[in-house]
Amino acid sequence: MSPNTLEAENLHLWRGDRHVLRGVGFSLPAGQCLKLTGANGTGKTSLLRTLAGLMYPEEGRVRFCGADVRADLRAFQGSLAYLGHEPPLKADLTARENLRYWIGTRRRLSDALLRAGLARVGAEALAGRLVRTLSAGQRRRVALAGLSLCAVPLWLLDEPATNLDTEGQALVGSLIAEQLARGGLAVAAVHHELSGLGAVHQLELAA
Amino acid sequence: MSAPAVTSLANAGGTALAAEALPVTSLAAAGLALRRDLTLALRKPAQLIQPLTFFALVTMLFPLAISPQLSQLRQVAPGALWAAALLASLLALEFLFRDDSQDGTLEQYALSGKSLTALIFAKTLAHWLLTGVPLALMAPLAAIALGAPTAALPGIIAAVVLGSVSLSLVGSIGAALTLNIKRSSALLSLLTLPLSLPVLIFGARATQVAISGGSLIAPLELLGALAVLGVTLAPLAAAAAVRISLE
Repeated sequence: MSPNTLEAENLHLWRGDRHVLRGVGFSLPAGQCLKLTGANGTGKTSLLRTLAGLMYPEEGRVRFCGADVRADLRAFQGSLAYLGHEPPLKADLTARENLRYWIGTRRRLSDALLRAGLARVGAEALAGRLVRTLSAGQRRRVALAGLSLCAVPLWLLDEPATNLDTEGQALVGSLIAEQLARGGLAVAAVHHELSGLGAVHQLELAA
Repeated sequence: MSAPAVTSLANAGGTALAAEALPVTSLAAAGLALRRDLTLALRKPAQLIQPLTFFALVTMLFPLAISPQLSQLRQVAPGALWAAALLASLLALEFLFRDDSQDGTLEQYALSGKSLTALIFAKTLAHWLLTGVPLALMAPLAAIALGAPTAALPGIIAAVVLGSVSLSLVGSIGAALTLNIKRSSALLSLLTLPLSLPVLIFGARATQVAISGGSLIAPLELLGALAVLGVTLAPLAAAAAVRISLE
């Protein structure tokens, strides 16, 4: 088995009459982070969703660990964590319940692990609060706790630091650094610098 | 494709958060999805009460609109009961996937690495428990209001239990197909009602037989067969439609 590597090869994606991805390609080895940049509407989210297997490109392919992800899409998707614009949280559940029902569909979670996940992002005190009572930044922290609990080799992050203060943005950087130190990979669409990371690959998407 | 095991990631110097990762089965994940939907529904009871109120109102209004004479009411009881049950079930369908689609839950289900079919089936099961079972429990009251004899009530309950399973399953396909369409209620009805007609016909027939005191075996078997067919095919179709809607 090849080590954790993510490769995109000549990806072309159309949305209606718009050619969103025009031959995008890259190779990302284990322990590395790829930062996606570009103006609004240049296809950062579409690329992340294509990499996750949620969107089907008209041309090109994505390989993970040397194998085409379409060969066993479910196994590949079980190896990745995707965090979109909005945290996938239910307003009428507490932060703890949200994580139990969200991350619990992927791995077994003990109470201690849940507490540790929330503590890691400074959200331990939010565990018993309904998500509807949390601020946007606090919701983002709960979502980051979910991300850190996923324990998968590949992270696909769409503006992970949205609504976070300076400390929260540094937290995103340190979480990604931990992921890379474990031999994982991260692809992140971000508008700001990711602090705490070494060399980061960058892919600029143009309209 | 052989995806790298999570444990190998942890061995590469992971934190405690990553190190304890133990996978769950699709069945366990579906169980969690079911519990989550039941928990959420109990915290928002208004969505539960709406179809039941509709069902109660329609069946209670029939005696006022037609005639209080039992003989006349018994003739229209099967049709009234099932038409009301079908429309009440439709009312609740709009909420089946809508919130989960908007907040990214369906996306996370699709990316969970678990069977999306199992997760969608769990959601449909929750929908049936929250609408079909209460409808079946309310059916005796509605049947009595429509002049059905008490001896017919067990048969009517059995028919509504079996029929509502099919209504939820057929409805899940329609709800999934109309996920990304704004103001989709009309389209949802157009898609779902034709597929629900066999349930309406066999359900009304079962109710008619129950009221007249005949043997219920054949109509209940037909309703059971429809439910089995629905359990077999509907979650697959609904999961495929959900995947398309996520594109």
